[in-house]
Amino acid sequence: MRGGWFKVYALVYLVFLYAPIILLPMFAFNDATVIAFPLSGFSTKWFAALVDDPLLRDAVRNSLIIAVTTAILSTTLAVFAARASTRYRFPGKAGLMGLIMLPLVLPEIIVAVSLLSILLMAGIELSILTVILGHVLICTPFCIAILSSAFQSLDRSLEEAAYDLGETPFSTFRLIILPLVMPGIISSLLISFTISLDEFIIAFFLAGTQATLPVYILSQFRFPQAVPAIMALGTILVCLSILLLGIAEFFRRRGLARSGAKDTGGFL
Amino acid sequence: MTAKPTMIEFRDVQKYYGDYHALRGINASIRAGEFFSLLGPSGCGKTTLLRTIAGFEDISAGAVLIDGKDAALIPANKRPTNMVFQSYAIFPHLTVEENVGFGLRRARLDKAEMGRRVGDALAMVGLTGFGKRAAHALSGGQRQRVALARALILKPKVLLLDEPLSALDKKMREQMQVELIKLQRQVGITFVLVTHDQEEALVMSDRIAVMFEGRIVQLDDPVTLYRRPKTRQVADFIGTMNFLPATLLSDTTDGCEVEVAGLGRCRIAPDQAPPGGNGQDTTVGFRPETLTILFDGQAAAARETPGTVEEVVYYGDMTYYDVKLDGVASAVRLSMRNVPGRPVLDIGTRARVAWSPDALVLFR
Ligand SMILES: Nc1ncnc2c1ncn2[C@@H]1O[C@H](COP(=O)(O)OP(=O)(O)OP(=O)(O)O)[C@@H](O)[C@H]1O
Ligand SMILES: [Mg+2]
Repeated sequence: MRGGWFKVYALVYLVFLYAPIILLPMFAFNDATVIAFPLSGFSTKWFAALVDDPLLRDAVRNSLIIAVTTAILSTTLAVFAARASTRYRFPGKAGLMGLIMLPLVLPEIIVAVSLLSILLMAGIELSILTVILGHVLICTPFCIAILSSAFQSLDRSLEEAAYDLGETPFSTFRLIILPLVMPGIISSLLISFTISLDEFIIAFFLAGTQATLPVYILSQFRFPQAVPAIMALGTILVCLSILLLGIAEFFRRRGLARSGAKDTGGFL
Repeated sequence: MTAKPTMIEFRDVQKYYGDYHALRGINASIRAGEFFSLLGPSGCGKTTLLRTIAGFEDISAGAVLIDGKDAALIPANKRPTNMVFQSYAIFPHLTVEENVGFGLRRARLDKAEMGRRVGDALAMVGLTGFGKRAAHALSGGQRQRVALARALILKPKVLLLDEPLSALDKKMREQMQVELIKLQRQVGITFVLVTHDQEEALVMSDRIAVMFEGRIVQLDDPVTLYRRPKTRQVADFIGTMNFLPATLLSDTTDGCEVEVAGLGRCRIAPDQAPPGGNGQDTTVGFRPETLTILFDGQAAAARETPGTVEEVVYYGDMTYYDVKLDGVASAVRLSMRNVPGRPVLDIGTRARVAWSPDALVLFR
């Protein structure tokens, strides 16, 4: 059998990757409190327990506020940065872009600790706002990376053509550039939303008393009786992620189809 | 012709990209309603010069005048010029109709009027019925037409075209050349075309400016440009030309007397001997079609030199021969039309070659 070992390797790899995720819904719908085989019976009580948990509701609300705000802020900032870096030449550009992209490779713990010390020094109270600040800092480089490639693939003469036909720089941006980079903007929004939603370290350091979802989840693992409910929460999150990914891919493909470009393979 | 007013005037236009001197003092006038071409090799500054008219490129010194007004005072989106881009720059997210009507957006026309003008523009370029198509679902030739219709819908005073046909295959290109000429006559707008294809320039233009390294070297109508190129560089760039060394014997107002090695003394009319230089060592040039092979039984010509065929290239309608003329240092190229009953000569054949001193051009 040719490539036999390679097939075994691929199989082991996939099991390792997906088995834990498949276990999530199995225990989420299981009747028992202990996480162990054999399964005892079908139940949706853990999902009901989620709905009744006020702490969880607060955490979800905090996380959503943070993730949505972060996505919008970092994408907006990234639109300007990506446009400037792909279209204009200015002194110190390489250094400046390097500094902006640095958080991409900087350990998050460093960002979290340094932000925390500065906030404490400045006497700013920790809250959702400070988490947003931290998340925008780490999400913006991802957004810039996505949007730069979107702006880069824009033919410069499209802008010139619109300008030539009487439009102002602003209306050219609105009528031509924005629609053409829209798929990039949507993936930037979705990706920064996802990063912010499951980010733990910064949220843990900077949230003060307003816990986010990941912080809440970790805290629940201290109580064995809460674990099945966490499994139910995990199941919901997996479904949500697949949905978001699907939407992102849909827009990516539609963007490609509209501009008539060849599909060079996305993430689905 | 000369009575036509000037539409565009370049006054000592200079352009620097950093240290690079891209336009080195351009002086020229483009007349209203003419088909004007900028011709030159890659990198000579044709696109840069065209973009100074459109307003996409600021000039470093000098002035560009459009219809008598200093263009520096008019931003690109207010200039009475429209451009057809080399890549066509069709907006990919809009339909053909929306692309063509894009320039009318600001005019705030009612729906019916808008539809009528877009329809007219599409009809003009032969794309009636294509309005609802997505722009990316078009062939190269169709994109080209959409770009033309979109640029012409605002009825600009000047239409700028940057190598509009270079992305098309040969057949399509020749067809579009004819269509462009017809279109230009029909709308009467000044066309300024950038091309590096000398044949295209000769076919389409009323006048051609030949550019080398940021300068216009010669500005003439196609016939003059082909018959009387002012420099060897121009002669070499446009068509094929044979060059032979010659000694200048006399230079008066009614012509020059030269001694061409192997061909003897020749008289060259003053308009075929542009002034310049002052040495005795010069070069004469002549086109392949000004030489003729005389076949058996044909009467002798006034000037005739025997030679040996060294190379034969058969083109169907024409045959090109490289012939080593007796007493002439290098082989010359000549072309013969293939008419019925006339044989194609073999390499090594001895032949009588007739030539005419009237066809000589002097370079010094
Ligand atoms: N934005 C720019 N920055 C620096 N140099 C430039 C820029 N645009 C053009 N050049 C240089 O100026 C010269 C003229 O360029 P231009 O595009 O006008 O050439 P062209 O005659 O249109 O050539 P082609 O036939 O290849 O299109 C080239 O040497 C080019 O490298
Ligand atoms: Mg060019």
